[in-house]
Amino acid sequence: MARIELIDLAHAYRPHPSKPSDYALKRMRLTWDHGGAYALLGPSGCGKTTLLNIISGLVSPSEGRILFDGRDVTGLTTEKRNIAQVFQFPVVYDTMTVAENLAFPLKNRGVDSSTIGRRVIEVAGMLGLTSDLDRRARGLTADMKQKISLGRGLVRADVGAILFDEPLTVIDPHLKWQLRAQLKKVHEEADVTMIYVTHDQTEALTFADKVVVMYEGDVVQLGTPQELFEKPAHTFVGYFIGSPGMNVLPAAIVGDRAFIGQHEIGLGAGYNPLPVGAKSEIGVRPEFLRLGTGAEGFPVKVRRVEDVGRAKILRCELDGMPLAVLAPESSRLSGDDARLVADPTQVHVYADGHLVEASRMSGRA
Amino acid sequence: MDKPLNHAAWFMVLPAFLLVAFNAVIPLMTVVNYSVQDTFGNNQFFWNGVGWYIELLDPSTQLGERFYDSLLRNLLFSAIILAIEVPLGILVALSMPRSGWAVAVCLVVMALPLLVPWNVVGTIWQIFARPDIGLFGWTVNHLGIDYNYTSGVLSAWFTIVVMDVWHWTSLVALLCYAGLKSIPDAYYQAARIDGASRWAVFTTIQLPKLRRVLLIGVLLRFMDSFMIYTEPFVVTGGGPGNATTILSIDLVKIALGQFDLGKAAAMSIVYNLIILAVCWVFYTVMTQVDADRPRKG
Amino acid sequence: MTLVLDQVTRVVSAETHIHSTSLTLTKGTINLLLGPTLSGKTSLMRLMAGLDKPTSGRVLFNGVDVTGKPVQARNVAMVYQQFINYPAMSVYENIASPLRVRGAPKTEINRKVREAAGLLRLEDHLEKTPLQLSGGQQQRTAIARAIVKGADLVLLDEPLANLDYKLREELRVELPRIFEATGAIFVYATTEPTEALLLGGRTATLDRGRITQFGPTIDVYRQPRDRATAEVFSDPPMNFASIRVEGSHVRVMDRAGRLTVVEFPTIGELHGLGDGIYTVGFRPHHIALERTHARQIAVAALTAVSELTGSESFIHVDVGGERWIALAAGVHEFLPGKPVELFLDPDRFFVFEPDGRLAVAPTGLAAA
Repeated sequence: MARIELIDLAHAYRPHPSKPSDYALKRMRLTWDHGGAYALLGPSGCGKTTLLNIISGLVSPSEGRILFDGRDVTGLTTEKRNIAQVFQFPVVYDTMTVAENLAFPLKNRGVDSSTIGRRVIEVAGMLGLTSDLDRRARGLTADMKQKISLGRGLVRADVGAILFDEPLTVIDPHLKWQLRAQLKKVHEEADVTMIYVTHDQTEALTFADKVVVMYEGDVVQLGTPQELFEKPAHTFVGYFIGSPGMNVLPAAIVGDRAFIGQHEIGLGAGYNPLPVGAKSEIGVRPEFLRLGTGAEGFPVKVRRVEDVGRAKILRCELDGMPLAVLAPESSRLSGDDARLVADPTQVHVYADGHLVEASRMSGRA
Repeated sequence: MDKPLNHAAWFMVLPAFLLVAFNAVIPLMTVVNYSVQDTFGNNQFFWNGVGWYIELLDPSTQLGERFYDSLLRNLLFSAIILAIEVPLGILVALSMPRSGWAVAVCLVVMALPLLVPWNVVGTIWQIFARPDIGLFGWTVNHLGIDYNYTSGVLSAWFTIVVMDVWHWTSLVALLCYAGLKSIPDAYYQAARIDGASRWAVFTTIQLPKLRRVLLIGVLLRFMDSFMIYTEPFVVTGGGPGNATTILSIDLVKIALGQFDLGKAAAMSIVYNLIILAVCWVFYTVMTQVDADRPRKG
Repeated sequence: MTLVLDQVTRVVSAETHIHSTSLTLTKGTINLLLGPTLSGKTSLMRLMAGLDKPTSGRVLFNGVDVTGKPVQARNVAMVYQQFINYPAMSVYENIASPLRVRGAPKTEINRKVREAAGLLRLEDHLEKTPLQLSGGQQQRTAIARAIVKGADLVLLDEPLANLDYKLREELRVELPRIFEATGAIFVYATTEPTEALLLGGRTATLDRGRITQFGPTIDVYRQPRDRATAEVFSDPPMNFASIRVEGSHVRVMDRAGRLTVVEFPTIGELHGLGDGIYTVGFRPHHIALERTHARQIAVAALTAVSELTGSESFIHVDVGGERWIALAAGVHEFLPGKPVELFLDPDRFFVFEPDGRLAVAPTGLAAA
């Protein structure tokens, strides 16, 4: 069982940090509920691994505290925290069988052998390893080894949280689908908090109830996958989540209209004037742009069409600025001139990169 | 990995081939030639067929008895030094620092004995262990222990074993250290999370991952100790009596001392075959270990 | 410029890594080798490069037999999954190194290095050392070095596998432009179907040491010749079901092949099929959660897991013991164990013969 609280947590690898850039992890306050599935998502160097290491007890934070179920564990070592971890490259005990691998954490803790036997069978069933229990762990495929790593965490009755450090890195695409589904199922069956670190948005979004998006040591947004997709709190989130990422264009905002050069785009709501001097932009996802018919929308040049099978990505230009559009598999284009229509409710306004909330509902179209 | 065929390449191999022929193949053939003949000096040789071999391998003959005794001593010596050097080497490697300036210091200090020439090692220990003027021998005797490698069998064995351990444990330790360094941190972390004891970490992670280097280490140490000559020759000269007369020392005694070239040659060949056989076993085991590794496609 | 593999095979200690393979690659295109781990991508590349000699068969370059020629004597460049650069040299020197080896004049080195750096957007980093760069920039440096070498053949072995998702996405968009700007034969190995589609060019799909199909990427995706190709070239994985055709009726069977999951009359292309057992395959995004037209077949399924990305839903279902994945736009959550009705479109079916050959291709694609 574990509810994890990070209280004013911050970390700098060098002593005496003075400026924000000295911090690998900037001050944050987060609470993760017991039994939840969370993802830490961000590019390399965003601090997600540092945060994971702090939770696992490998790194002790330079500031702040970390609580498991209200108990301060900041000073405790890894083995004294009730956590398990699945690493990027599979860790199994080569000389042991699958069953012995699964039993290992319990054996070390002096659990009696009948309980061990029962738990091993239970967990093997959960992970679909039942028929492989007597095989030697050496020489198994990477996905099997990752399941064993996960199993070693699940067998322990005392485990409160399982941490995943980019666990699908070495798994082939097809097996990723199976393993992800299995992980999801295991999370539903086992009553355990799971924290999943990755740079891969698909993995983070499909796995987690709540995703923490990190950028340069900061938490830029914490939200459900849907919130991150539909209402990115920061242009970075818009860019980082979704493929292709959100289109961000400089625009002047007047009430419920945005002006890009001489083009006008309707917004779903009205906005108060943005602060003077702030960088004013609108963001719209490629999924919420469609090809217009007749004189609808604004004109763009289509530079390239990428056929990715189940959809087409149109790489367009609006007054020299790139703009991606996700069009259905069956869409056809004639020539390189097109008109685009944006879904007004999905056009967001950003000031200096941060989402601006609408001030009032406009007369909805 | 095989390379594309290129016939011109054979000419490039020629110098190396000739070199090997002159310093290995031809001397070896000479030895084979001697081993099937008998000589009474004056460069007069008589055909003896496999006579020497039959005599050598029959423990009831004088030569056979002598051979088996030396061989047993050799095997005993190798077994003792392996039993000491391998665990000790692992222990030293485990207790070495993993990072920082101390690593460099450790490595240099440990490499020192490896750099000393064989005969110098012998000389050092010959003096060091002398009961009258050697620091070690003098100290031991003054502690009330009767220690004299020129007269006591145990003392002699003790001296050559300690000498070898002093000389070569570093090699095993360095090999193991390199092996330990290549284990990813995640393994140790996983073991901590699984609540493994220090001993469990050693048996379930470190030892299995050291398997390959240990095999190489054991092979090297076995071959070296089985063929050892210089150090015991310098220190004990095979004595007292024949107590430390191992195969190589005995060979020299027969060949140069008694000028029984035929016997010595037959003995060398058998000696050689034993070493080859052991190497082959090791090679097979090692390739098996390799075959277990997954292949990248 | 052409590279021809003429019935090459590669056998290593009784294990066949590459079955008899013939392949013709031409200049100016990017040729993708798509297949899972151990399908033979790296083995094939090593044969092309001359790092390994084929057990049988010939390798021809511009019509000349180069089978026995070692890699040093060929003009080949390689980029690996690991970022391989000289750590002590600046990015400039790293890119310049193949030219220096060749003893090119200073002005030429300078011109070519700057050209390649421009192409790979490294202009601002030329004075740094590789370790000061991000992973993406390190790999760009390695690619720039391969390009500067002016090699006839550039082999890239999963070059983006160690990069962050977003950096991968950016480079995938840029790489085709870079490949077009240089006149070499590019061979690019990947495990990811999505990557192959984004890079375009031509794709060879590999399955256990065999090339199952080779052609323009989008054609291989839309018209796979057999089941193995369809399986390799699908992400999410293609769904399969076994069907029994009897006269004018088609029965979709359960996994064991005993019970009928659903029965429907033969329509469209399915008319031409003789009686017998076949396998149908259809892509996850061709399963609908709501009926959109009359020809669709309704299938009852049980939800196993639903994965929601916020914009799309992947619903893993169980249909008569077969695992299928349905991909739908928007957020649709179904609890595990909940029955769900799915709609299949027979016009989107790939029908495979029992031996795996394609019998019927989908007709429902506007762009087919």
